[in-house]
Amino acid sequence: MKSLPAALAAALVWALVLPAAAQDKPPSTATEKMEIGISTDEIAITSDFRGADLTIFGAIEGYDPNLLAQGKYDIVVALEGPKDNLTVRRKERVLGVWVNRRSMTFELVPESYSLSSTRDVEKIASDEVLNSIGVGLHHIRLDPIGYIGDGSNLSEFRESLRRLKETGGFYQRDPGGVQFISASLFKATVKLPANVPNGTHVVRAHLFRDGVFISEKALPLRVVKTGLEQMISNAAYSHPLSYGVLAVVLALLTGWIASIVFRKD
Amino acid sequence: MTVYLPIAELSVNIFIILGMGAAVGFLSGMFGVGGGFLITPLLIFYNIPPVVAVATGANQVVASSISGAITHFRRGTLDIKLGTVLLIAGLCGATAGVWLFALLRRVGQLDLVISLLYVALLGTVGALMLFESVNALRRAAKNQPASLRKPGHHNWVHGLPLKMKFKKSKIYLSVIPLGVLGFSIGVLTSIMGVGGGFIMVPAMIYLLRIPTNVVVGTSLFQIIFVTAYTTIMQATTNNSVDIVLAFILMVAGVVGAQYGVRVGQRLRGEQLRALLALLVLAVGLRLAVDLVLTPEEIYSVVSEWGY
Repeated sequence: MKSLPAALAAALVWALVLPAAAQDKPPSTATEKMEIGISTDEIAITSDFRGADLTIFGAIEGYDPNLLAQGKYDIVVALEGPKDNLTVRRKERVLGVWVNRRSMTFELVPESYSLSSTRDVEKIASDEVLNSIGVGLHHIRLDPIGYIGDGSNLSEFRESLRRLKETGGFYQRDPGGVQFISASLFKATVKLPANVPNGTHVVRAHLFRDGVFISEKALPLRVVKTGLEQMISNAAYSHPLSYGVLAVVLALLTGWIASIVFRKD
Repeated sequence: MTVYLPIAELSVNIFIILGMGAAVGFLSGMFGVGGGFLITPLLIFYNIPPVVAVATGANQVVASSISGAITHFRRGTLDIKLGTVLLIAGLCGATAGVWLFALLRRVGQLDLVISLLYVALLGTVGALMLFESVNALRRAAKNQPASLRKPGHHNWVHGLPLKMKFKKSKIYLSVIPLGVLGFSIGVLTSIMGVGGGFIMVPAMIYLLRIPTNVVVGTSLFQIIFVTAYTTIMQATTNNSVDIVLAFILMVAGVVGAQYGVRVGQRLRGEQLRALLALLVLAVGLRLAVDLVLTPEEIYSVVSEWGY
């Protein structure tokens, strides 16, 4: 971990210059930086995976000790799943039958999103700040694709997407999951949902000072599903013709063997 | 014990799937039907995505039809020429059906269309079977002999042009009704995951007047190739064949069918058919109720490639 000595060095420098700086004026321009690290960049999970916690360590450098003592620094760590275009559909009654009528497609939405923060994200910064950087369950960027009419039902479809993702366990939050373990070192725990999608996830950490967004750090994390089930799934998508032929051969063999085993004569 | 279905992407209780396969296999052995029209709705009731249930159903029918097809082939109780005409039309129908399946899926109406087709089909077939078997039971009670239909009796179908001679069946028949029948069965196989024997057999006997001794063999000949082709088409176009689910269903199905055949031979036909008719109607009714009842959640989310 390279960041720890750097952080200590930075703290030392601050301690030396602090008396002079304090006499002038409090530093308002951001000099804080953040480093994060995880023990692995790849997680292998099997089909019986029931969810797990992922721990991320990090340090703030160049912080203001006064502000830190007052708890003015906030950290939000998000684990964003692979992104895909998602379509939300709404059923309506047509001639007595429930039919998918309206739909809206959102561009490149994370399939999973696990959030961990020093306190409730909504209290860390204003809605405008959170929206602009797309942090928080209610602030993830959800940009519709294509014609959306007058846009009057945009918020309704956005809310439904978030709600369905939350009830499905794909979107989660833990407003106490980031804890300082020393003055500038912190530990964040994010949850990997049981049905975590396969693919490249991104660990994204955001540093706030008194409601102002200061800096961001991101690390990739590959989630690789292993085992027989994943092999079958991979085959179905990457070699669909052989997979289909195999399914037919398996069916022919099963039926044929049964007819021999159960032959009456 | 749970097993993870890699394509349906969910964990299921293996014993429930085995039980479904065995029960439907038992019924299919008892009545001599493929069972696809019961397997697919049961899988949907068990929350398997309809996309996967239909494609996997077609795969399962391959296994449940092969032993019958081999038997008829060995005994020569089929009309290969007639079967080939039906098959060519069936392959065209299946191709069109898989394409339509992908289109409906893209616009989000696939689940609805599958349910509506099942309600219509199960309702019609169940009602006809019930009507027919109740009549037969009544006749039996009055000791009247069943009125035999005259084979070879001509109807409007036999007035159509483009006639072809089928030596084995000893008939001279237009390819138009054969093409329409084969094509429709192909479409049904790909959109509903059924073999279609329960439509093809009565249509061949009552509408086309094909001699009964080659009807079952010829329809199995068509079904085995159309379902095999549909399985491969679904795998390549929609990636929706779940081989794990199909295998569990097949194994339980072929074993259940053996016992079904034995029980079926000992019971009376009319009562059996009345029971199957009631079961078919109940499954259709349940699907219809699900379409009409206000759903708990009217919104749904799908990813570009998911279900």
